[in-house]
Amino acid sequence: MTDITNHTQTREAQMGDYFALMKPRVMQLVVFTALVGLLVAPVGVNPFIGFVAILCIAVGAGASGALNMWWDADIDAIMKRTANRPIPSGAVTPGEALGIGMALSFFAVILLFLATNALAAGLLAFTIFFYAVIYSMWLKRSTPQNIVIGGAAGAFPPMIGWAVATGGVSIESVLMFALIFMWTPPHFWALALFVKSDYGNANVPMLTETHGRKATRNHILAYCVPLVLVALGLGFTSIGGPFYLVVALGLNIWFLKGCYDIWTRTDADSEADNHAVEKHTFKVSLYYLFGHFGALLIEALLRANGLTAWAGW
Amino acid sequence: MAIKVEHEIHERRRGRNTGVGLLLLALIGIVFGLTVVKVLGLTDIRQMERFDHVARPQLEPGALEAAEQRAAEAAAAAEEATE
Repeated sequence: MTDITNHTQTREAQMGDYFALMKPRVMQLVVFTALVGLLVAPVGVNPFIGFVAILCIAVGAGASGALNMWWDADIDAIMKRTANRPIPSGAVTPGEALGIGMALSFFAVILLFLATNALAAGLLAFTIFFYAVIYSMWLKRSTPQNIVIGGAAGAFPPMIGWAVATGGVSIESVLMFALIFMWTPPHFWALALFVKSDYGNANVPMLTETHGRKATRNHILAYCVPLVLVALGLGFTSIGGPFYLVVALGLNIWFLKGCYDIWTRTDADSEADNHAVEKHTFKVSLYYLFGHFGALLIEALLRANGLTAWAGW
Repeated sequence: MAIKVEHEIHERRRGRNTGVGLLLLALIGIVFGLTVVKVLGLTDIRQMERFDHVARPQLEPGALEAAEQRAAEAAAAAEEATE
């Protein structure tokens, strides 16, 4: 938990420091998946309302990032990767981060409600609560499955995008949620196998350190198999189609092969080639997620132009 | 004597102040844009009169149809009376 006596402002914060509080790189994924969720929905949305909705979802995600940085300022200062974040670097005070996080959360949820509907706003509010309270405050420091649970917060945006357009939840939006939810653990643990982290110094339980690297390899494959089922299953819903299925089949074979290779390797093999397979699989995992959501978007365009009829879809 | 007093904090915080100003302008633009889109999207003229915290029986569902029917009946009755 943040100890405000440890963090004093050492320089004048600029707009860039406040923007960095919102974790802009995470926001890219949020914006892309929420946009796909919105555009593949069977109900059209006014372009300006769609723009405002995506903006609200992005700001809501950024606000939860600021709240996460406020709470985790103590461990961010210990870990090399996070030591340059705005609070540990002394640019922004914890109180400012808390204020910005709360204010932006409030604005994003209220504006999304006024622009769209109560379900979308409620889902956004729950996502912020889930990431800031359930993940950051409660589970991150108490279980090595933290990344699995944290992944749920990153999985909500396409569901919110879908709710913006349709005002409801359906099998399609649940499967888009499940796709990101199941993808996060193998993606993150592949990274954890080749990046030397200092989570241990900060007393954050990570699977590689609490259960060992062999158990992490087992977990990667164990999450990848149901992920394949979810990804292919999505192809048989109303937003899937022949194009999506072909792309998904290729991406799933590619990623499953990487996860299988990680599973069959020992740490000695991994050290010998400087974690080449782990690094490759991590890169594939990035193509995997963007590929699936990109394919859903292209499939929607093809459907809108009547170009999927040839496959009897 | 200069009316405007300059302080070094003004220069130091110029970037932040400009940023906050632009954000507030963007918020005004968004709320205005949403208002235009929502109002233009109304399909029934009666919806324009909502949310003014005044009881308006004529805005109740079916009120307009009932009023039109009463007017038609009154017109028919008036026509009969003249004949």
